[in-house]
Amino acid sequence: MSAATTGSKAVFEAAALEATSLAAGGPAATVLKTPAAPLFSRPRPNRPAYMDEGRLLRRGLIAASFLFVFVAIILPLAAVLSRAFGHGWGPFWAAATDLFTVRALKLTLLTTVSAVAANTLFGLAAAWALTRFNFRGQGLLITLIDLPFAVSPVIAGLIFILTFGRLGWLHPLLTAWDVKIVFATPGLVLATIFVTLPFVARELIPVLAARGADEEQAAALMGAGFFRVFFEVTLPHIRWALLYSVILCAARAMGEFGAVSVVSGHLRGKTITLPLHIEILYNEHKITEPFAVAAILVFSSLLILLARNIVETVAKKERYLDVR
Amino acid sequence: MYVELNNVSKNFGHFQAVRNVSFGLEKGVLGALLGPSGSGKTTILRMIAGLENPDSGDIFLDQLRVNDIEPSRRGLGFVFQNYALFRYMTVFDNIAFGLKTQKVPRDQIRQRVEELTALIGMEGLESRYPAQLSGGQRQRVAFARALAPNPRILLLDEPFAAIDAKVRRELRSWLRGMISQLKITSIFVTHDQAEAIEVADQIIVANLGRVEQAGTPLELYRSPATPFVARFLGDSTVIGDYRVLAGFENAPEGAECAIRPEFIRIYDLQEPIQYENSVEDGEVVSLAFRGDSIETGVNVRGFVLTAFRSLEKRPLAVGQKVKVLIYRLYAFDREQALLIGNNRLDDVADGYRIGI
Ligand SMILES: Nc1ncnc2c1ncn2[C@@H]1O[C@H](COP(=O)(O)OP(=O)(O)OP(=O)(O)O)[C@@H](O)[C@H]1O
Ligand SMILES: [Mg+2]
Repeated sequence: MSAATTGSKAVFEAAALEATSLAAGGPAATVLKTPAAPLFSRPRPNRPAYMDEGRLLRRGLIAASFLFVFVAIILPLAAVLSRAFGHGWGPFWAAATDLFTVRALKLTLLTTVSAVAANTLFGLAAAWALTRFNFRGQGLLITLIDLPFAVSPVIAGLIFILTFGRLGWLHPLLTAWDVKIVFATPGLVLATIFVTLPFVARELIPVLAARGADEEQAAALMGAGFFRVFFEVTLPHIRWALLYSVILCAARAMGEFGAVSVVSGHLRGKTITLPLHIEILYNEHKITEPFAVAAILVFSSLLILLARNIVETVAKKERYLDVR
Repeated sequence: MYVELNNVSKNFGHFQAVRNVSFGLEKGVLGALLGPSGSGKTTILRMIAGLENPDSGDIFLDQLRVNDIEPSRRGLGFVFQNYALFRYMTVFDNIAFGLKTQKVPRDQIRQRVEELTALIGMEGLESRYPAQLSGGQRQRVAFARALAPNPRILLLDEPFAAIDAKVRRELRSWLRGMISQLKITSIFVTHDQAEAIEVADQIIVANLGRVEQAGTPLELYRSPATPFVARFLGDSTVIGDYRVLAGFENAPEGAECAIRPEFIRIYDLQEPIQYENSVEDGEVVSLAFRGDSIETGVNVRGFVLTAFRSLEKRPLAVGQKVKVLIYRLYAFDREQALLIGNNRLDDVADGYRIGI
């Protein structure tokens, strides 16, 4: 995933950017974990003495994990931050409030919000349909939902170029209607939607499936309409999973580089999102600016991580309401 | 008939879950839908509720064909097998839900919920969530929730299945009392024959998606129409050729027969036997203490029959040789069920036709 997200256009300080994209997007694998199983808060098993033979091995593994995380994530992140603030607050602030940076930030927020909104609606509908109805092509739909995880983001971008671009089969129609998609905001939004499509649906399907349709049927039997059933019976159950998936989806959308890079056309101040902006600044051999903008992305990622942890904690507290 | 099913069938793919089921229940009656697991009980109940559409056949509620009427307009209360309480709502909101959807004014809702929490004996627990209740309490809340909108008919899917044995007995008689008090036509699903016999006015026995027999518990017990019913209600042993048994040599032919424990008497070899030549030789193969009697398994001609032996009698041991008197048995052929008596006892060899 790193190769695809990092892109291959310029010679980057690979580790630093890798870290940024890691924090912003997170690898796909972590997404499939439900909020119900936080990694670090399990009760320590009370092991009998004879099981402690592997103590050395255990400590070794733990140490290795921490060392790896430190070298692969903490160090590069620290490098980014030290470069960003290496010349003090002034240069950082100048870079952060630069007109193009602000525009890139706005565009990033716009694409993120649109993509997340679209995928939330889609994810809810798909998860509901897949777990509540039996229909032909159920397996196909699940496979298609997974597709964006399997396809490289660069390919995702190319798909849109080939569909809407100058040589694309829909291009004549678009020119006739005077609609711009590729090299414009709609293209960025579409590419981001594509890349982040699985998040919400993937998170909700197991939750809805595990819970069954009994409560919904009971409500419907008592005369509740669709919206009442959804908002009063279904939503309370899935709200934390939904929020969790929305957060991850937002994180991924914000840090998306590959697909967006392909459909962007790199029109400065128009189709440049934050990750693209970082790349451009870096290629211009700027000293502080790329890292200052990267730092903004890192901070937002940290905020998102924080939000995710809060959601996890609250969701765990509410699990006492689960019957059985 | 207040509830009536007419030739109702339901397939899931190629699997026939319910086949040509017909039965009826009068108003105010508590009916039990009894059958082993997978016999189609839940499917039948869900079709009455409208949660499942029959492939063919008609369902009538109060003379009205309801096949095409929306579930929520059929005037039913439904208690799900696992209660399906809204777990993110309090007891109060659970019970009030059906009234809210009907846009009943708030103060009336409050009044009705108070009435029902009193009825189920759960005053003061209105603000609890389902997870904070015991199994029995959840069951009662589910019952109150189904009753709140004043349904014409109450459907309960295995209402006691998730509750342990002791509480189940209490809840059973509680529910029986509630339903007779409210005079609401009800159908409950169960696979426990003791439960059906104890609670229901009418029992509908289902097997393999068919109705084997419907009637009062006494009718079903006394004159089972099929070997399945005989076996399912009361413990009976079903055996093939019963004309090998002493006293049944001249009995009418039938495919198989069922022998209930109360049709059998066991003598140990010292006991005087009134009808010497009407008894079979047997051997005790199992003994189980049942509180008021000892359930005794005896091997007679390779069939293991079950009998109850009084605690007053001399105790038996496994492996002991005994004499076994079979008073009578139910014989079945394709069309009919016969109650046949031991002909050396009373010289009545014909048996008489019962049931169907
Ligand atoms: N939605 C479904 N799809 C396919 N088969 C089904 C479905 N629902 C039920 N069946 C099948 O229909 C048959 C009858 O099911 P049903 O749930 O009515 O049985 P039941 O008598 O209620 O059993 P239990 O006592 O175990 O609850 C079963 O063999 C079951 O596997
Ligand atoms: Mg069932």
